[in-house]
Amino acid sequence: MASVTLESVSKSFGNVRVLSDIDFHVADGEFLTLVGASGCGKSTLIRIIAGLEPQSAGSVRIDGRPVDHLRAHERHVAMVFQSYALYPHMRVFGNIALPLVMTRLNLFERLPLLGLLSPRRRRVMAGIASEVDAVARQLQIDALLDRRPSQLSGGQRQRVALGRAMVRQPAVFLMDEPLSNLDAKLRVHMRTELAELHARLGTTFIYVTHDQVEAMTMSDRVAMMDGGSILQLGAPSELYARPASVRVAQFIGTPAINLFPARTGPSGAVELFGAELPIRIARAPGHALTIGIRPQAIMAAPAGTSRPGCQVLHGRLRRSENLGAEHILHVDLAPPASGSLVCTTAGDPGTLGADSRGVALLFAPASCHVFDEQGERIDDAKKMEAAGAGEPLMRTS
Amino acid sequence: MTSAVASPIDVPLAPVRRNRQRMIERLAGCGFAFPAFLLLLLTNLVPLAVLLYLSFTDYELGALKTNFLGLANFQKAFVDPVFRRSLYNTFVYVAIVLPGAVGLGLLIAVLLHRRKRTRSFYEIVYFLPVTSTLIAMATVWQYILHPRLGPVNGVLRALGFDAIPFLSEPAYVLPTLAAIGIWQLVGFNMVLFLAGLSAIPRELYEAAEIDGCRSGIDRFLTITWPLLGPTTMFVIVTTSITAFKVFDTVAVMTRGGPMGSSEVLLYDIYLEGYQYFHMGYAAALTLVFLAFVLLFSILQTFVLERRVHY
Amino acid sequence: MPRLDGSATAPLTPLSATARRIVTLFVVHAILITGAVFILLPFVWMLVTSIKSPAEIFAVDFSLWPKHFSAVQNYGFALGKFPLLRFALNGAVVCAGILVVQVLVAVPCAYALAKLRFPGRGTLLALVLLGLCIPIQVPALPLYMGLARLGLLNTYFAIMMPFFLSVFAIFLFRQFFKSYPDEIIQAARLDGMSEFEIVWRIVVPSAWPAIAAFSVFSLVAHWNDLYWPLIVISDTKLATPPLGMMFFADAETGSNYGALTAAATVLTAPLVIAFLIARRRFIEGITMTGIK
Repeated sequence: MASVTLESVSKSFGNVRVLSDIDFHVADGEFLTLVGASGCGKSTLIRIIAGLEPQSAGSVRIDGRPVDHLRAHERHVAMVFQSYALYPHMRVFGNIALPLVMTRLNLFERLPLLGLLSPRRRRVMAGIASEVDAVARQLQIDALLDRRPSQLSGGQRQRVALGRAMVRQPAVFLMDEPLSNLDAKLRVHMRTELAELHARLGTTFIYVTHDQVEAMTMSDRVAMMDGGSILQLGAPSELYARPASVRVAQFIGTPAINLFPARTGPSGAVELFGAELPIRIARAPGHALTIGIRPQAIMAAPAGTSRPGCQVLHGRLRRSENLGAEHILHVDLAPPASGSLVCTTAGDPGTLGADSRGVALLFAPASCHVFDEQGERIDDAKKMEAAGAGEPLMRTS
Repeated sequence: MTSAVASPIDVPLAPVRRNRQRMIERLAGCGFAFPAFLLLLLTNLVPLAVLLYLSFTDYELGALKTNFLGLANFQKAFVDPVFRRSLYNTFVYVAIVLPGAVGLGLLIAVLLHRRKRTRSFYEIVYFLPVTSTLIAMATVWQYILHPRLGPVNGVLRALGFDAIPFLSEPAYVLPTLAAIGIWQLVGFNMVLFLAGLSAIPRELYEAAEIDGCRSGIDRFLTITWPLLGPTTMFVIVTTSITAFKVFDTVAVMTRGGPMGSSEVLLYDIYLEGYQYFHMGYAAALTLVFLAFVLLFSILQTFVLERRVHY
Repeated sequence: MPRLDGSATAPLTPLSATARRIVTLFVVHAILITGAVFILLPFVWMLVTSIKSPAEIFAVDFSLWPKHFSAVQNYGFALGKFPLLRFALNGAVVCAGILVVQVLVAVPCAYALAKLRFPGRGTLLALVLLGLCIPIQVPALPLYMGLARLGLLNTYFAIMMPFFLSVFAIFLFRQFFKSYPDEIIQAARLDGMSEFEIVWRIVVPSAWPAIAAFSVFSLVAHWNDLYWPLIVISDTKLATPPLGMMFFADAETGSNYGALTAAATVLTAPLVIAFLIARRRFIEGITMTGIK
């Protein structure tokens, strides 16, 4: 078990800057996820930590010691690749045993035929065999030890890759999108298994994914990356409830957050679609802003409904998606608002919005995320909330 | 799809049926395959049959009488010192060329695989002999290895050694010819190995690196060699068959000499059939040659095939 | 769980890491260059000798670079004494002729084997595979006898005939055609195309890389072929480059190395130049033989 610290790590390929000044610290035993869209640099970052790629600048420390000049196998990390990278010519046993064979037998003992002459080899192999068996049983693949990777299913291969990583008892587990190649159902199942594995082993996990659901459900902390930098690093709940920027807000949460252009009004309050919200921020009037409201925070009600402390927008229901437990409503906003929004409603909306009067959309000002013209979050301390606006929005059900 | 298809060609207007399409397919198939089949017959099957027949006779070109000999030709080959020597020479040649051309081809490919800037240059250089006309180059080699005029011996003499009569000393002839054979084949094998190497996913090497593969030797033994299996097998088969068919260098440089020490199987057949015109005997020898070639292909394909595919 | 200080070796300093890399690079290139010297030696020597004067060639102390340039004499002699350009022309005619017929015969047959069902298909396929194992030297004898009886020795036809059928081409193209989508062919049939048109207008253009690669393979093989031309040709006017070279070397045994190497250069040049221009195609052609 070990902590991992990155200081000012940057990476360029030729003229292309892939990572810029990455700083973070992963505590011993923590599960940290690097999440972001393709091309944000997360895979490059994890490869730098593994030692497969040298960084252009900055340093990596594992357990407090700099490992920058250590080769991959000297860093005591284990990595699970997206494609599992199982050795196709070895059986499952051989795949899992390989790391131990490499470290415990010398070159001569490893030679195909001549190695069998060594007496020490038999003893070492027996020890290795018992360790491999133990790991295989833990992952429930002990029945598969004799098979070749080509004879295994995706989920089984993934477990073998995990076994190969576990058997080394590494200081850090690195995982590069290990679940992307599995089908949806299996992915959900493996998510739980990986989380439980982490709890059981207590080793530091650094996990890379583009799937925000995995990031939210499995991690202690999440680092969201974009364009080679970390946009926000924090617990999943923090990224959801207090996204540091528009990009983070858009990436985390399904359906995606609704974003509206707004500005500071003459009195310093936030003005959205001409109406003043009871939110005051310390910006000059006319300052451009973006307001974000999560679909779950908007309640759709028959036209004309109002509620104390809630803002109201009007619109026409364009489409309703039935997910069973909830419905996702796509609404085109009516003047003075413009654009469209998405909101959710538990259960069946019934005939809501079916007539020509449209729907009313209610939301509490407290659920608004305010971002400045650069897309950065405006600190809550600057928001001033009107009385009663802090109550959670109630839904009709 | 084939049921309600209108027949494209000159079929009288009849109710369209599936059989029409089938009929057309069969006709087209037969028609397309016919020229090839005819040529196959003429250039492979009939000659094989003729060979078989001839090998049981003592026919000589232009002879008036032919006798049926049964297996006598084969028995004669079995005890013929010339034939046995040519078989032996050929095997020695293959025994030298096979590890040399395969091993060197593999070595060069492994070394070249990681290079980026110099790779094209070396690829071109090593592949040149494959495209060059072997006869022409053989003549040049003859000159290069000349005891008095050639640069190789010139260098040896400058270093204080005696000149080596590469092509006129019976003990040196076969290894010399084998070296030239290797020279010609290395580039070819290198290209094949390079293709095989690029098929190995890079991630496997990375996983191995993390698992503790420290040196190049480790990487080679753990990943490269096992995963090159199919390629290696193919290279071994083609190299051994090509080596077995050695003829050009012998015909141009040594003519089987000195004293028959470089007479190889194909050269022996050439002499018997086209110089001495012993057609019957040559036919028998040709069948022996064919048997060996088939043996190489089949044996190696089936024995190694099972062990090599994952 | 083991900690980092469990490692036995000290971590590499940047200096020793770089030193390691330099040494490895040095060794690698040393090996590659040694090999390259071995490979290039005949080519270089050939070119250099072909422009040397006889006096220098026979001098006891040899030097790489000629002091007197006799390029004109050597090449002039070679070209004059023996019809070298004629040999090259023969080579071109023969190779082109063989290639054209090979493609014309192999493409329809491969298509039929890949896409059509007809009686005897299985047998034909088996025969094709068998043919792959039979080198030209085997049917050579009966073919020679047959051609001799028909009085067709010493003709272009005689040189080309055994090669008109290339089982390798059939095999290669069949692999290619097999992966061609059936739907396109069926759509073409619906449009009223005959099978013949389908083959040549639709399927062949998509197989162009395979055909090009095979062409390279065929041209190289037949330009450099000695065995068969040696058997059927005794007239120097019809000699292909290897045979021509052999005639030339016979006539000039032991004497005019300048002219000999000049002749070798002239005869080797076409393919080498073609290789330098179309390197990709060459290497593709060779690699294709490896993909069974």
